[in-house]
Amino acid sequence: MTLSMLDGEPRVITAGAAVLAESLAGQAVPALAVDWRPPLPGTSAALAKVLADPRRERANTTAVGRMLSARPQLVAVRPAREVLDLPAGTFFHAGPPIDWERASGPMRGALIGAALFEGLAADAEEAERLLVSGGVKLDSCHHHRTVGPMAGVVSASMWMFEVVDGEHGGTAYCSLNEGLGKVLRYGAYGPEVVERLRWMGEVLGPVLAAALALSGPIDLRSLIAQALQMGDELHNRNRAATSLLARELAPSVVDASPRYAAEVLRFVYGNDHFFLNAGMAAGKVSADAARDVPGSSLVVAMARNGTDFGIQVSGLGNRWFTGPAGVPDGLYLGAYGPGDANPDIGDSSITETCGLGGFAMAAAPAIVRFVGGDVSDAVDATRSMYEITLAEHPAYQIPTLGFRGTPTGVDVTLVARTGRLPVVNTGIAGRVAGTGQVGAGLVSPPAEAFTAALTALASA
Amino acid sequence: MEVRTGVYHDSVSLMRVSQALGSRPGVTVAMVAMATELNVGMAREVGFEVPAAGPSDLLVAVRAESEEALGGAAEELERQFALLGRAATSGGAGAEAAPRTTRAAARAWDATLALVSVPGEHAFAEAMDAVEAGLSVMIFSDNVSLEHEILLKERAAEHGVLVMGPDCGTAVVGGAGLGFANVLRPGPVGVVAASGTGAQQVTCLLDHAGTGVSHVLGVGGRDLSAAVGARSTLVALRALDADPATELIVLISKPPAPEVAATVRRAVEDLSTPVVTALLGPGQDDLTAAAEKALGALGRPVPEWPSWPMPAGERPGGPLCGLYSGGTLCAEAEIIAGGGSFTDFGDDEYTRGRAHPMIDPSTRLAALGEVAGGVVLLDVVLGHAADPDPSARLAPAVRRARERGAAVVVALVGTDTDPQGLGRQAQALHEAGASVFVSNAAAARHAASLTGGTP
Repeated sequence: MTLSMLDGEPRVITAGAAVLAESLAGQAVPALAVDWRPPLPGTSAALAKVLADPRRERANTTAVGRMLSARPQLVAVRPAREVLDLPAGTFFHAGPPIDWERASGPMRGALIGAALFEGLAADAEEAERLLVSGGVKLDSCHHHRTVGPMAGVVSASMWMFEVVDGEHGGTAYCSLNEGLGKVLRYGAYGPEVVERLRWMGEVLGPVLAAALALSGPIDLRSLIAQALQMGDELHNRNRAATSLLARELAPSVVDASPRYAAEVLRFVYGNDHFFLNAGMAAGKVSADAARDVPGSSLVVAMARNGTDFGIQVSGLGNRWFTGPAGVPDGLYLGAYGPGDANPDIGDSSITETCGLGGFAMAAAPAIVRFVGGDVSDAVDATRSMYEITLAEHPAYQIPTLGFRGTPTGVDVTLVARTGRLPVVNTGIAGRVAGTGQVGAGLVSPPAEAFTAALTALASA
Repeated sequence: MEVRTGVYHDSVSLMRVSQALGSRPGVTVAMVAMATELNVGMAREVGFEVPAAGPSDLLVAVRAESEEALGGAAEELERQFALLGRAATSGGAGAEAAPRTTRAAARAWDATLALVSVPGEHAFAEAMDAVEAGLSVMIFSDNVSLEHEILLKERAAEHGVLVMGPDCGTAVVGGAGLGFANVLRPGPVGVVAASGTGAQQVTCLLDHAGTGVSHVLGVGGRDLSAAVGARSTLVALRALDADPATELIVLISKPPAPEVAATVRRAVEDLSTPVVTALLGPGQDDLTAAAEKALGALGRPVPEWPSWPMPAGERPGGPLCGLYSGGTLCAEAEIIAGGGSFTDFGDDEYTRGRAHPMIDPSTRLAALGEVAGGVVLLDVVLGHAADPDPSARLAPAVRRARERGAAVVVALVGTDTDPQGLGRQAQALHEAGASVFVSNAAAARHAASLTGGTP
């Protein structure tokens, strides 16, 4: 056999004692020094066990390969009750499972709003009594091939984007985006919120459904790839993606419903985040393709319910590993400030799970100014995510990094080894039920969610 | 309350301006935003009267406790807008940060091998990164479990790479000295070694004889155990066999486990390159004899090994005390001397929480300082990563030991081209009163002779 290192000029990666790296420098041997630091406290034993698992390398290649090769297609817009296992009296919500008692303000507000929207209560007080008494069954969106932004509350009468994975055949759902300001997903439940939801069910949903029936499936993989090159990171900035989607849908919207076309297109135009929900369903269907590979340490869900930040890992089935949701560091709308902010909430971190959002920040430098940084911070954020991910996305590329693929597929072992936590871009909900959005910024997940998953992998 | 037309800033920038204004003393509410329906509504909600304005107008709403605070806020506003103008021209990508794992380094940079010297319990992760990235790896770290060593070597076989170590002190690959490595001339001898200082002794002697090396591949002290089954030794032997620069292979190890010995023997027989095997231990050749055998196999003459002995007639007698930094050299000297008390300061027991004695001589110097008489035998190993000038501290200690009546013998392992300079080190130690030998075996024999015994 031959060893490639014996031919040609040696080029050495060094990890550890500086004196050994210096000696190479003294010999003018090209070398790259790893900035090595000990892993997160208490993870050494579990790391050794998991890294020694003979299944790991192949399992991770398989799992992340599925995530990367998914071809999400927007195929339909349909009412939740037709497509989800969602009887009247059951609501889905963002993040890991939670009950009313532990739910934060915006989550409670959204649940109240959904109860009003579904006609389960006449007013907020009655809705709250219903929810306190357990009269509504709650379950996590993620348990039902579904994701929801912010509170992520989904009830039977809401209309959903239906996204199919053309490669692996999975299906995922996400609700339609209501716009900014006082909206259900931020926990607002006033009359204007419920009224908008009604309009979305009566006009927006049916018109989009008819338009999609005419246009045929929309290739979200290619749309996301284009939007990244137009300055979106697909979580906090969806302006380009929304424009591309509107452009693609507009003729069919007009054909499908001359009567409501202007109203529908105006609504889409007025909401830079309209694409977010379709993008989230694309993320969900891609991440779900990577689930249930035994031995894989790939993260297949990161989601927050406003109280807990939870993750799921490919090799660990549907188990959640959680820690307290942090308060985002960001900028505030109007006169709001950090004291008004609710802890991190929403399934929209499915974008980061799939290498977009905070991970693709270098593609959208404007986003980093939410925390007072500059363009180099955006580039640094993306570059740092290559440290904790298994792959680079072949289609989702970042022009300013020489069209390098986005860092995709968080590996819990790499999080434990580097102590680097995923960079998540997010909106900030007001902590008091009914307030709505108060700002946007960046948030770090709790490290214990990742170390708990690592420990579980070690004993799996 | 103010509306400005013809000014546009993105909402993120404006939120930052609002924050800057809002955090000023005396300012109770500050809102700087484009006059979208949402923002106008918000301004009205907090009690401002908003004149007619559209989304392309800029809304500035500030409420303060005093005229003075309001004036200050207005100044700050202009300063912030000026900053916004300037910010558009700055920015750009910063320098790439250093990778945090071997995996990330291998992804970012086109390497040919990795050198891992992190604390033992963490070495497995870094070494596995290298193997999975298709890189051969030298593991300098000790305290890597046997289980992990086997796993790394199994995985290395799948990836067609070599694991050197763990606890591999030296290697020379394509002219690059890794770990504790001497500066050796290039030449026809390829070395496979389960012992770092053993390899250093043999290759330095070859260098004295004018014969250089192609590569020196360490395999780790446990590689020829029954458990590890010579996995790396076999890979290294075959790789050197295929290497056009290697004309002779020298295999240096302790006697392998019996079942492993047969495997290695068969592998050696299958090679087209001749192999000189140097097995260390009682009844075996010493390292100097192995170097001489290698020269013989190449048909080259064996020179007289350089030495700087003290004048004859010195017979202090008394006990022999061996103070070593190299484990293999220590064991070899103990066998040859046939008695005395020997300490390997490179052993785990002495290096926990401290640098190796080849780098930090303090512990060994302290031991030398306690020697009252008799014969002291020391090794001094030169080369990359070792103490840059060992005689600077050792020579005075030798002088003091001499004054206390002790005889000092030094085995000096190195070459003339080593950074420390063999000749210079030998000179300094000799002037301090030590007998200096480049052959550890010769040094041990000399030391034994001084005790009055016969080696």
